[in-house]
Amino acid sequence: MMEIEILRSGFDFLGIYGFFDGFMPDNLDWLVFLITSVILAMVIINALVISTALLTWFERRMLGRFQSRLGPNRWGPFGLLQPIADLVKLLTKEDTIPEGADKPVFTLAPIVFLVPALIVFAVIPLHGSSFLGRLNIGLIFVIAITSVNTLAIFMAGWSSLNKYAMFGAMRAVAMLVSYEIPMGISVVGVAIAAQTLGLSNVVLAQDIPFILVMPLGFLVFITAASAEMSRTPFDLIESDSELGAGYHTEYSGAKFALLQLTEFMAPVIVAALVTTLFLSGWRGYGPIPGPVWFIIKTFVVLFGFVWIRASWPRLRVDQIMSLAWKGLLPLSIVNLFVIAVEVFIFNPGEAGLSTRDLLIMTGINWSITIIALIVIFNVMGQSKLKRPEPVALPLANMYANTTVSKKATDLAEAD
Amino acid sequence: MYGLGLAKGLVVTAKNLVLPSRMMTIQYPDRKVGLLGLSKATDTSLVDLIRKDPVNVFKALLGIADVKTSLPQHPRFRGEEFNWYEQRCTGCASCAKYCPLGIIEIVTSESGDQMQEGQKYHLDKFDIDIGRCMFCGLCVEACPYDALHMGSGFEEGKYRRQDLVIDKRQLVSAKKKPSTWFRPQLSNKNYDPHKGKNVKWDSAGRHEKPSLQQQQDKWAKR
Amino acid sequence: MSINTQPVTINLGPQHPSTHGVFRLRVTFDGEQVIDVEPVFGYLHRGTEKLAEERNYVQIVTLTDRLDYVAAMTNNLAYVRAVESLAGISVPDRGMYLRVISAELQRIASHLIATGFLLDELGAFHTPLIYCFRERERILELFEMLCGARITVSYMRPGGVFQDAPIDFWPRLDDFLSSMPGYLDELEGLITENEVVLARTRDMGILSAQDAIDASITGPVLRATGVQWDLRKAEPHEVYDRLDFDVPIGSVGDTYDRYYVRVQEMRQSLRIVQQCVEQIEPGPVRSETPYFIRPDAVDTYVGTESPKGELGFYIVSDGGISPYRMHIRAPSFINLTTLRDLLVGWKMADLIVIFGSIDIVVGEVDR
Repeated sequence: MMEIEILRSGFDFLGIYGFFDGFMPDNLDWLVFLITSVILAMVIINALVISTALLTWFERRMLGRFQSRLGPNRWGPFGLLQPIADLVKLLTKEDTIPEGADKPVFTLAPIVFLVPALIVFAVIPLHGSSFLGRLNIGLIFVIAITSVNTLAIFMAGWSSLNKYAMFGAMRAVAMLVSYEIPMGISVVGVAIAAQTLGLSNVVLAQDIPFILVMPLGFLVFITAASAEMSRTPFDLIESDSELGAGYHTEYSGAKFALLQLTEFMAPVIVAALVTTLFLSGWRGYGPIPGPVWFIIKTFVVLFGFVWIRASWPRLRVDQIMSLAWKGLLPLSIVNLFVIAVEVFIFNPGEAGLSTRDLLIMTGINWSITIIALIVIFNVMGQSKLKRPEPVALPLANMYANTTVSKKATDLAEAD
Repeated sequence: MYGLGLAKGLVVTAKNLVLPSRMMTIQYPDRKVGLLGLSKATDTSLVDLIRKDPVNVFKALLGIADVKTSLPQHPRFRGEEFNWYEQRCTGCASCAKYCPLGIIEIVTSESGDQMQEGQKYHLDKFDIDIGRCMFCGLCVEACPYDALHMGSGFEEGKYRRQDLVIDKRQLVSAKKKPSTWFRPQLSNKNYDPHKGKNVKWDSAGRHEKPSLQQQQDKWAKR
Repeated sequence: MSINTQPVTINLGPQHPSTHGVFRLRVTFDGEQVIDVEPVFGYLHRGTEKLAEERNYVQIVTLTDRLDYVAAMTNNLAYVRAVESLAGISVPDRGMYLRVISAELQRIASHLIATGFLLDELGAFHTPLIYCFRERERILELFEMLCGARITVSYMRPGGVFQDAPIDFWPRLDDFLSSMPGYLDELEGLITENEVVLARTRDMGILSAQDAIDASITGPVLRATGVQWDLRKAEPHEVYDRLDFDVPIGSVGDTYDRYYVRVQEMRQSLRIVQQCVEQIEPGPVRSETPYFIRPDAVDTYVGTESPKGELGFYIVSDGGISPYRMHIRAPSFINLTTLRDLLVGWKMADLIVIFGSIDIVVGEVDR
C-alpha cells in the first residue's frame, strides 16, 4: 500500500516525506525531514555518478570508434568496468599539493565544482516532477546554480600557483561569464513560450517539441551550453595542446577524480536540461514509459556532443569571445524578440499556446532562423573565407639549370 | 561555407564510425572474442565448445573471453634473437668489424697447432649485446658464410641489462627461425619464419647442400 | 584606478604536448599575446656529425635514420647521394626507381604526420591524427616488406639499395596507390573547408616570399609563400626527370597554405609512385661497390628535397674509409630561423599552430 502511495505521488521530496510522515510521531518531523533529505541526496548522487561513469565509458568507446580504434575494452564486458578501474587508480594515487599553493582554496575547489552539478539535477523532471517536486522557479534555479562553477574553476586555477593553470582559469572566467548571457536569453524564450518558469510545466507546454518551434533558441542554447561545460569546439579552458591540462594541471589523486567527475557530469546535466527545455522531456509516444523516453532523448543529445567532439577542432580564445558577443547574443535577442511578439499576438492566456499556434510559430521561426543565420555568418566574416589563386612568384626559377621545359600542367597552376 | 564544411566533417567521422573496414586496431597479445569468434579461433564446433568448455563459453557471452594473437609480420622483419649457426661460422669476425656500434664480441683461438686449409678457428666467445643493438642488419650483410641471420621475433623483454647480452650458449640453443632479410636464398624458398619450421645449418646457405650423388659425380670427374 | 600588469614568461617545453618532441620555447606573454619568443634546443643532441667521423661510409647510413625519424628513407637517400657524388659511384636503373618509390612513400608518410599533428594542435580531438596514422601505417607495412624495419629503415646503400623488393610488395603497393586518393579526399573533407580550421589557420603566421628566401627556408614552408622551388625539378636527381609531376604552391604563405601545399604534395607523390611502378624494369638494384669506400680527398655538397625541405650533406674526405668531416644541412633547423618573427604578436593558441605548421622534427634540429 505504502509503495503504491509513493509511486502515485511521485518519487520526489513531498512523496518520500509523506511516506515517512505516515508512521512517525508528529514531534519527530525534523527527523523525517532529515531522512528524506539523505535519501534524496543518496539517490541523486548515485544516479548522477553512475550515469557519469557510464558516460565516460560511452564517450571513450564512441570516440574510439569514430577514430577507427576500439576504445577501452579490457576490463569487463566491452570495457564496461573501465570507469571503476580509473577510479581505483585515481584514488590510490598520491594526493599532491604544490608547495606554494593556497591550500584551503586548492582543497575546496573540487568540492565547489561538484556540488552545483549535483544540485541542478535535483530540479530536472524525469517523470512528472523532479526530485524536489514541481519547483515553480526551476529555470532561474538552474541558471543561478550553474554559474557557480566559474568560481570553482578560478579557485582551482588561482590556488595552484601554476602559470598554465592560471591561463586556463583566466580563459574560463572570460568565457563562462560571456556565455551565460546568450544562454540565459535563449532560456527566456522558452519561458515566454511555455508561460512558466517551472521545468515540469515547460515540458507540459511542449505539444510540439520546442526544438522545432524555436530552432534558433535551441542552437544558441546548445552552443552556449557546450561552451559552459567547455567541450569542443570551446574546450580552451583545458586545451591539451596548448595548456597541457589547464586549471587542473596541479591536481592529482582524489581531487583530480572529483574535477574529472564533475567535468563529465556537465554533459549529462546539460543533455537532461536540453531534453527538458527543447525535446519535450519525458513526453513520448506509445506504451514506452516517460523516464525511458527521457533517457533516450538525453542519450541522443550526449551522442551529438561526442560526435562533435570527435569531429571539430577548437576555436581560439578571442574567436570564442567574438562568437559569444557578435554571434550568439544577437541571435538570442532575435529569438527572444520573435517569440515574444508571437506570444503577444496569439495571447494564449491561462491555457497556454495551442498546437495550432505552435505550428504557425514553427513555420515562421524556421524561416527567421535561416535568414538570421545567413546574416550572422556574413557578419562574422563569411566573405573572407575565399582564398586567392596561387601564383608562382618570379623570385626563383627552378627550371633554370635543367633541360626540362615547363610543363603545361605547371603553367596552368601558375595562372 | 555557411557551416557546410563543419557538416562535411561530421559526415566523414560518421562514415568512419559505421564502416567496419575502417577499423585499424590489431589486438595484441590477445583479443576479445564473442561466442562465434571463440569457436572459430579454437576451431571447434559450437556444440563441442559448450560441452567441453562451458566456462569460456560463458565468458564469451559476456565478451571477456580472449584468444592469443600474434602480430602479422613480413618474413623480412629484422628481429631480435639473432640466428647463428656455429657450424657455418669461421670466426672471421666480419660481423664484429661491420657493426656500427661494436656490440659483437668475438674471441677465437686456433683450433690446432697446424691449421689445415678448410679448418676454422675455435670460437671461445660470441656475444651480442642486443641491449645496444639498433637492428640495422649490417652484421648479417657482412657475413660471408651466411652463418649469422637476423631473428624474427621481438618479444625479448628482460629484467636486467646483462640478460640482454646473448652469449654463445644461448645462440647455439636458440630456435633457428631466421628472418629472410638479406638472405634471398630463404625467401626464394618461400620460407616464412612465422609459420615455417626451424632452418638447419646446412640449408641456410646461399647454395644447396650437394647430394651424395652430386658429390660423387663431382669427384668422379677429377 | 589603474591595473598593474606585467608580462608572464612561460616555458613551453621541453615536456609539452605540442612541441614535437623535446623542443623548448621560452615565451613571454602579455595576457594571451606573445611578445617574445626564445627557442632553446639541444635536448636531443646525439652528435651525429661527430659520430660519422669514426664510422665508415656504409655504417653512417644507420645514423641518418635517426635524423628526421619520421622520414628515414629520404634521409638515407640524401646521404647516399652525397657519398655517390663524392666517390663517383653509379646507380643501376632499378635501384634508382626503388629509391624514388620509397622516398616518395616516405614523403607521404611524413606529410601525413605533419597534417595530423597540425590538426591535433588545433584541438581536433586526435581524430584527423589517427586517420593520418592509419594511412601511414600502411606505408610502414610496405617499408617492413622492403627492408624489414618500419621507422629506422637503413634501406639505401651507396650504389643503390641493399635488396630488391619482395614479390608480394608490388600488389600491396598497387592496393595502396588505388585506395590512398580516396582517403586523402576524406581527410580533406574533414579539414579543408572546415570553418573552424579556416578561422584558426587563415592569415595566421604569414611568411613573405622575400623573407623566406632571405632566411633560406626550403620545402613546403617556402612553397606555401608562392615560390615554386623544388630540388626534384631544379636539380633532377635519380629518375625525377623522367617523371611528370607538378610542384604545388600556396598563395599567401599562411598556416593554411602550409597545410594545403602538403596535401597537394601527397597527391603528387602518389602520381610519382604510380609512374615509377609503370616504368620500373627488372635488373640489378645495386652497383658493385666495395664495402669500404675510399673516395679521393675531395669534398662535396649534395642537397636533396626531403619532406621538410632541402636536406643537404656536406662531406669532406681525406681519402680514408670514413669522412674527415660531415655536416648536415637540416631543413627543420633552418626553417626555424624566422620563428620569432612568425610568432610575435599572435595569441598563445596560434603560437602552437604556427609552430606546428613549420613541421620540425627535433632529431633533425639537434642532430
